[in-house]
Amino acid sequence: MKRIVPFILILVVLVGGLLAVWRLSRPAPPSGPSGGSTPAPGSLPEGAKPAHIRGNPNAPVTLEEFADFQCGACGAYHHELKKIEAEFGERLRVVFRENPLYPNHPYSVIAAQAAEAAGVQSENHFWLMHDKLFENQKSWTEARDKDAAVAMFVDYAQQIGLNADRFMRDFNGEVVAQRLTQDGIRGRALGVQGTPTFFVNGKEAKGESWKPDGVRAMINEALRDAGR
Amino acid sequence: MTTPTRSPWTYIVAALLALVGLGDSIYLTVQHITGESLRCTIISGCSEVLSSPYAQVGSVPLAAIGAAAYFTVFSLATLAPFGYRFALPCLKIVVALMFLTTLWLLYLQAFVIRHFCQYCLLSAAVTTALTAIVFLPSLLKRRARDAN
Repeated sequence: MKRIVPFILILVVLVGGLLAVWRLSRPAPPSGPSGGSTPAPGSLPEGAKPAHIRGNPNAPVTLEEFADFQCGACGAYHHELKKIEAEFGERLRVVFRENPLYPNHPYSVIAAQAAEAAGVQSENHFWLMHDKLFENQKSWTEARDKDAAVAMFVDYAQQIGLNADRFMRDFNGEVVAQRLTQDGIRGRALGVQGTPTFFVNGKEAKGESWKPDGVRAMINEALRDAGR
Repeated sequence: MTTPTRSPWTYIVAALLALVGLGDSIYLTVQHITGESLRCTIISGCSEVLSSPYAQVGSVPLAAIGAAAYFTVFSLATLAPFGYRFALPCLKIVVALMFLTTLWLLYLQAFVIRHFCQYCLLSAAVTTALTAIVFLPSLLKRRARDAN
C-alpha cells in the first residue's frame, strides 16, 4: 500500500495541472460596459473627443483599440488590423485610443504626442501619422535619445504634408496633453492593462479572442446581433 | 527498494518548490498559448522576453518544457523518500540540466534580450533553490568525510 502513495500524489498533481491549464485557457467572461463590475455605459469616461475614427462612422460594429506606438505587439497587430478593416469595410468603424506604456516604453508618450499633434491639423493627418509611426516603429524606437526621436517625428510630419512649426507647437500644447489624459482615464476605467487591447461593441477581446481570428469572430457575432 | 539516506524533509521541500515552479510554468504556458504573452504591459520586460524567439523551442513553448521538467522533479522527489532507488540519481540529473538551462536563460535575458521577466526570474529562483537542496547534502557529506 505504501508503494502506491507517491503515485497517487503524482496523479493528483498531474490532474490538478491539467485542470489549471484548462481553466486558465478558457475564454474570460465578458467584461467592458456590459460586464458585471465595470461601469455602466453612461458612467464610463468617454475618452478624448472627438475620437479618432477610421471607417464608416455609422457602422453597426465599433472596434475600439487601446494602443501604444512603441509596443512591438501593436506594431505587429497594425498589419492585421488593416486586413480586418479591409475585410469588413463599411460594416466596421475603428476607434483609436492612446495608451502609452511609459516608462516601460520610454518614447511611447512622445510618439502619442506626435500622432495627436498631427491630428490637431486634420483627422486624416492623424491616421497618416498613426500609420507612419507603426510602419517605422523600429527606426524611431532605436533613436539614441528623445530629441533624436522627436526629430524623426518632425521629419514624418513633413513627409505627410504638415506644417512643422505648428506640429511642434501642438506637440507641446494643451490640446494634445488633454487628449492623452482623457484617453488614459477611459482606459483605466475599462481596466486596460496592456496593449493592444480591443473592445468590440464594448466587449473586451481576451484570450483566444484577442488574436486576429478571435477579433474577426467577435465582429461577426456583433454583426449578427445587429442583424447584418 | 532501499531506505532513504536523506531526511524526508529534503524531498518534501523539493516537491513543494517543484509545485511552485510548476504553477509558474503553467501560467506562462497558458499565456503563450492564448497569445496574452504577446501583449505589451506596464510591467517592464515580460512582453519583450515572452514574445522573443527564445520563448519557444520549435513550436513548443519553453514554458511547457519547464512545466514538464518541474512535474518530473515533483514526481522524483515524491518517489525518493518511499525508497525508489532510481529517483535520487534521476532527480540530480534533471535538476542539474534545469540549473544549466536557467543560467543560459538568465544570460539571454541580461545580454541578448536585455529585459527581465519576473515570472522567469521566479522560475530561476526556484531552480536555484532546488539545486541547492538536491546537491548540498551530498557536498556537505563529502566535505565531512574528507575532514575525518
